[in-house]
Amino acid sequence: MTSLPALPTPKKLGLVIDLDTCVGCHACVVNCKEWNTGGYGAALSDQDPYGAEVSGAWLNRVHSFEVVPEGEVVGEAGEARIVHFPKSCLHCEAAPCVTVCPTGASYKRADDGIVLVEEDKCIGCGLCAWACPYGAREMDLAAGVMKKCTLCIDRIYNETLEEADRTPACVRTCPANARHFGDLGDPHSHVSKLVAERGGIDLMPEQGTRPVNKYLPPRERTPLGASAGLLLEDTNDATGFFGWLDKMLDRI
Amino acid sequence: MKPRERVALSRPVADEVRKTTCYMCACRCGIDVHVKDGRIRYIEGNRDHPVNRGVLCAKGSAGIMQHYAPARLRAPLKRVGPRGSGQFQEISWDEALATAAEWLGKVRADDPKKLAFFTGRDQSQSLTGLWAQQYGTPNYAAHGGFCSVNMAAAGIMTIGGAFWEFGAPDWERTKLFVMFGVAEDHDSNPIKMGIAKLKKRGARFVSVNPIRTGYSAVADNWIGIRPGTDGLLILSVVHELLKARRIDVDYLVRYTNATWLVIDAPGTAEHGLFARDGEGRPLVHETVTEQIVPAGTNGARAGLSGRVQLDDGRFAVPSFQLLAEKYLDDKYAPEAVSGETGVAVDTIRGLAAEIARVAFEEEIFIGQPWADMNGQRHQGYVGRPVSFHAMRGLSAHSNGFQTTRALHMLQVLIGAVDCPGGFRFEPPYPKPLSAHPTPHGRAEHFGSNTPLAGPHLGFPRGPEDLLVDEDGRPARIDKAFSWDAPIAAHGMMHMVIANAHAGDPYPVDVLFMYMANMAWNSSMNTAGTIKMLEDKEEATGEYRIPKIIYSDAYASEMVAYADLVLPDTTYLERHDCISLLDRPISEPDAVQDAIRWPVLEPDRDVRPFQTVLLDLGARLNLPGFSDGHGRPLYKDYADYIVRHERRPGIGPLAGFRGPDGDRTGRGAANPLQLQRYIENGAFFSVHIPMEAQFFKHANRAYQDFAVRMGFFDTPQPVTFQLYQENLQKFRLAAEGLRAPFAPQTHRERIVQAFDPLPDWYRPFGEALADRNEYPCHAVTQRPAAMYHSWGSMNAWLRQIHTRNPLYVPGSICDEIGLKDGDWAWVISHHGRIRVEVARMEAVNASTLWTWNAIGKRAGAWALDADAPEARKGFLLNHLIADLLPPREDGLRLSNSDPVTGQAAWYDLRVRIEKAAAGGGSEPQWPPLAQPEPEAHPSELRYGQEWAQ
Repeated sequence: MTSLPALPTPKKLGLVIDLDTCVGCHACVVNCKEWNTGGYGAALSDQDPYGAEVSGAWLNRVHSFEVVPEGEVVGEAGEARIVHFPKSCLHCEAAPCVTVCPTGASYKRADDGIVLVEEDKCIGCGLCAWACPYGAREMDLAAGVMKKCTLCIDRIYNETLEEADRTPACVRTCPANARHFGDLGDPHSHVSKLVAERGGIDLMPEQGTRPVNKYLPPRERTPLGASAGLLLEDTNDATGFFGWLDKMLDRI
Repeated sequence: MKPRERVALSRPVADEVRKTTCYMCACRCGIDVHVKDGRIRYIEGNRDHPVNRGVLCAKGSAGIMQHYAPARLRAPLKRVGPRGSGQFQEISWDEALATAAEWLGKVRADDPKKLAFFTGRDQSQSLTGLWAQQYGTPNYAAHGGFCSVNMAAAGIMTIGGAFWEFGAPDWERTKLFVMFGVAEDHDSNPIKMGIAKLKKRGARFVSVNPIRTGYSAVADNWIGIRPGTDGLLILSVVHELLKARRIDVDYLVRYTNATWLVIDAPGTAEHGLFARDGEGRPLVHETVTEQIVPAGTNGARAGLSGRVQLDDGRFAVPSFQLLAEKYLDDKYAPEAVSGETGVAVDTIRGLAAEIARVAFEEEIFIGQPWADMNGQRHQGYVGRPVSFHAMRGLSAHSNGFQTTRALHMLQVLIGAVDCPGGFRFEPPYPKPLSAHPTPHGRAEHFGSNTPLAGPHLGFPRGPEDLLVDEDGRPARIDKAFSWDAPIAAHGMMHMVIANAHAGDPYPVDVLFMYMANMAWNSSMNTAGTIKMLEDKEEATGEYRIPKIIYSDAYASEMVAYADLVLPDTTYLERHDCISLLDRPISEPDAVQDAIRWPVLEPDRDVRPFQTVLLDLGARLNLPGFSDGHGRPLYKDYADYIVRHERRPGIGPLAGFRGPDGDRTGRGAANPLQLQRYIENGAFFSVHIPMEAQFFKHANRAYQDFAVRMGFFDTPQPVTFQLYQENLQKFRLAAEGLRAPFAPQTHRERIVQAFDPLPDWYRPFGEALADRNEYPCHAVTQRPAAMYHSWGSMNAWLRQIHTRNPLYVPGSICDEIGLKDGDWAWVISHHGRIRVEVARMEAVNASTLWTWNAIGKRAGAWALDADAPEARKGFLLNHLIADLLPPREDGLRLSNSDPVTGQAAWYDLRVRIEKAAAGGGSEPQWPPLAQPEPEAHPSELRYGQEWAQ
């Protein structure tokens, strides 16, 4: 059983994910795999990569859900919608994956709050994956250790990278600008401001995990039909459309 | 706290960064390839690159797995088993090239049209086209005919440019963005970046698409239109705008042919053509002096309406009057089109109202003085911040040309083309139709050992430019530019195999293809196409298509049907140029091109196809490729890119020209040009001056800039052709009024399809199908994480799309008792397939759909024969006929747009029936043998050697 930091971490590094612009393209998913398979810890392996039972370890996945808001018409011109939902470790403040770890391999960093696995200590028991209510941890079958999002710890503090690139791979690569990285413990950080402005939410708050990552809900949308009455036939002229047209020529 | 410090936070990523251009789809983003110990450590977007500004999609991020895929071909191959068996023998390049040169040389001497040379999704058409022209076969094109020629042709013929490669929405300024039928693969990163910008600004994004995935999922408004009816929706919006008088009359008078007089003389050869003076200038009615004067006469107040008498006594009306009369008709009222389109009346009205409101009440003004082509100074640019984008959802229907014309007309009516906030041209576009060539390929254009008289592809101005013989029969193997498809500006690759097999219009001897998976997902009637490739002449035992040469980097389905395989490199092992002579990557504000270069050396006996083509050109003694004695003019493609000149001083790349590398656009070849590109991040960009950035079609500063850059030798302004006179010439030919006359067999079809004003008719595939027997549409969408068939060999991407279900609207599931995981038969007039079902609500209620090209043939792409892609994945292609059903007179025409010949993939009508549970997809074929496969690893641990 492993302890969480005794005090709130001074920094709460995490992601803010914008469900209003995520188009579910999987750029973050694949770029994450690509960076991390040669980065922190063991490679992210793939089993039966060219065969029938292909599978692999990924630190980030996108799930797509269909939502039919109640009371709306389904079908032609209906409002059923698809929500693309990227999900990786949320670096919870009360991370159950850490406290459940029997070896101390899973830990939450005291200075920035990143939840990591020290792979040398990991015995691959899988308790952390069982404890995580988000399904954010995946066992690497080749290495026999638990893999999870590190917030690209080998990028964000990497002094060999340009300042602009010291950000998680998923954030840097996202074409839809749907992923933001920063200190959610600092109310003045751009991520905290985004959360405040857009009403960012916790995922499954009832679990009491206090996730650091936040999700921005889709923005309000106004139906086109609401504008239907705005465009009126213009009959302000006894000479009709062509008479109006001819008069318009004088204004040019 | 000790373990924490064991994390090495500042390891260098790799030994070296090599910047090149991605090729995981056709987007052409800049990438940084991090190379460590001679292998790829990481690929990320190039932050400085103008296309992607550092971002990179799933496909681009999976480049590692593409580069190292076991499906890579390893050496030239000679077929040793029957076609389709996959049995090959590795041969040397010497033997492969000698064989190809022998086959091609004989055809070139005997009858050059018996070579059909067609290329797929390559990006080197300016080279392949030149090669084919110098070879002298009339039978060359790339893949535009089955991709999106409707989009290109309708755009160029209407506004002198088109969506995607020729223009883009003004992402920085637009306030209303309306997207029609765009799936997630084309221009994908720029569109995603653009949508994010719009949403941040609070601009409205409307997506018109039967299926609400990808971009549509985040649209403010989704219009789940019935496939093939977009044109009707657009014309209804036009109807509403005209009725409300919300059009930009000033813009129409300045930049379009709205004032040009159309001859009104029914029953004569000039009815519906523009009235012109002796110098061929179109005429307008000057309404102050009541005189007929040439368009563009300074100070003329040209009328937009009113019937006038010409000096020769005939009558004429301004084209705009015809336009307005047509679309003011109540048959385009929202109430009248709602049933056909499946779009609610209020939604149509609301869309029109928002377009009008944003265009005219949220006008933008940029205070940059500029001068137009008449020398008139303007204080600034007026912007109508409504922009549109469209792609295959419009174009892959047999009414796609007219539908796309309608969309461009809508943009022009509100004054939103190349203005701030609207759709903007990307250099070298706009380009008027008159600056495009006419097609070449008639008998008098070619002969033994002789280059073709001119470019293969272009735009016929009228029936006189068709590639037909004196009896009206097609000159080309694909029947492009014949009466079947008069304006087939990109050719009709999808008809080549069927026509060659049928010997209609004639047989070929050699079929030579590059990067086009015609034995699988790139053909309609896939099962039939496979049979055509396998068919033999009974008498001789020889294949109906005697010799097939194919080049590809991977073991695609098509490889198994080649007699000679020329293995290409991966995109990281080759030189390429993304050229202004070809398919540009410019932005509205900047002229841009780019290169690829070998950031890794091939570890197999493979060669870049373009270098191979240059080698063959030299062996065949083609002018421009050989010194006349069989010695090559170019060492390889890199050498060609640097030294080839299309016109004096104009080469494949515009940047770093001249002996010192300081010339742009025009300049002598610079031997260090590629090195300069590499140092610059593999691209070149030059900004357009602010006074030249908008209204490029009529902007003096832009036109002068274009001449300086070498796009043109003289200014080429564009007058937007709302009324399209060339189309009317075909109609007159079909009415028997203007020679050359259309054959009787084609008259009705041409009269219907060639309306000189944008029009809508029901797509043929739907109109000809029994609506009760085939009540549903079936279409594909392109997933964001897979580009056509390129990706199933990729160990990471195939985990995202391992198989494709058929998505079925909930109402249909309820009706026939289908639930997720059930199996169903989908049946068209042409075939039947067995597929797995997934229920979906966010889809048009009569539309079934699936992801494109996930289904694979067993054994292809170096996947195990029991891979889900083959056993459970499927293609809709098996349901799509290459020919329309026979007509009463027995004639069978291509399943294509009657104007451009674009493959009408999305016309498909089907019915669905529940099937027994379990099993797999059908049809199935025997697994292909793999050509000398690499051993498949049972596990990948890519990068484990670098693990800490």
